[in-house]
Amino acid sequence: MVLKERAQAGSLESSDCLVSVEPAGEGLGLQLSVRSIVMNQFGEAIREVARETLEAAGVRDALVDINDRGALDFVIRARLRTALERAGMKEPIP
Amino acid sequence: MRGLRRSFLFTPGNNPAMLLAGPIFGADALILDLEDAVAPGQKDAARILVAEALGKIPYGGVETVVRINPLSTPYGEDDLRAMLKAGPDTILLPKAEPRALAQASAMIQEAGAKTGILGLLETALGVETAFECGGIPVVTGLFFGAEDFTADIGARRSAEGLEILYARQRVVVAAAACAIDSIDTPFTGIDLGEDFFADLEVTKKLGFTGKACISPRHVEGINRALSPSAEEINYARRVLEADAEATRRGLGAVSLDGRMVDAPIVARARATLRRSGLDPGPASEPAPGPAWGQTPERASGPTPDREGERP
Repeated sequence: MVLKERAQAGSLESSDCLVSVEPAGEGLGLQLSVRSIVMNQFGEAIREVARETLEAAGVRDALVDINDRGALDFVIRARLRTALERAGMKEPIP
Repeated sequence: MRGLRRSFLFTPGNNPAMLLAGPIFGADALILDLEDAVAPGQKDAARILVAEALGKIPYGGVETVVRINPLSTPYGEDDLRAMLKAGPDTILLPKAEPRALAQASAMIQEAGAKTGILGLLETALGVETAFECGGIPVVTGLFFGAEDFTADIGARRSAEGLEILYARQRVVVAAAACAIDSIDTPFTGIDLGEDFFADLEVTKKLGFTGKACISPRHVEGINRALSPSAEEINYARRVLEADAEATRRGLGAVSLDGRMVDAPIVARARATLRRSGLDPGPASEPAPGPAWGQTPERASGPTPDREGERP
């Protein structure tokens, strides 16, 4: 799946996260940036959720930025799915 | 899961913190709102967030209800399709009228989902067709929405609520006739003042089985008001015992505390126990019919137990 435009979803409220996605050139891969108020404890877990969600959506090349305010996994997944759909992915992400 | 249906607490569907906190307030049902609580530009985000939340948040015994957008809007059908995959207990369908309810009902049945529908009656047509709405398959309750209703009929909302009295009564009667639940409109203030309790008293006196609320502070009051008292529960048990004894002895109506116990009284006693979360047990079998030529001792058998007739 190829992203068509830059898109954002979520918020900087407590328990939420703000996710931005941007197209990247073919073959450039996934560039994932994560900031979190619980970076030391859950930074790697957030990355893992993001990678799984991107993989499930079939996204291979994208710039992804996650600014986390203590979101649980399902919130991160929901915000990333929303951002990807807003970025122009035609089919709903499973 | 569906259990007691006294209190229905609204929760904004695009707010993760509130979705997480929702189950802790003691409400019987949580309404995850995709409609009025969500800005038009965030409908997609709320839909996805609620779908994810339903799969992950442990709601325990709290009934999960999702208020989708009306099917007449660009969001309604997408909401319903997404929720049929996510599997909430119930869909709250706004602007419910027979055509929209039939459409939602058909979509649910085609999907083979176990989700029920609460019809949110908030238009003049919806209220006037309440009985028809209540009879549509998978509709498990009628839910009255006063704000849109008064706007639709051109009335102004007032503290005493005279302008919604007819609609409230119509919804209660139609739901009772269809043997489904009736849920009253929420009190729109957030305080726990006299106005809230006065409104709650009307809800109870009119016969609603449940009430919506927009503030967690209202949950406890609603649960208490719409639960039978210990005295009522005790009386209900005695009624059922008297009825069982009458049935055993092949008698007709029996007397308890100087008052006649007949089929409607028995039905009310059974409903009282169910509203308390208690099992009224199987309905008594009527005594065998009289032989030809004999006068029947009991005019009619007990009123059928309404619970179980509908999903």
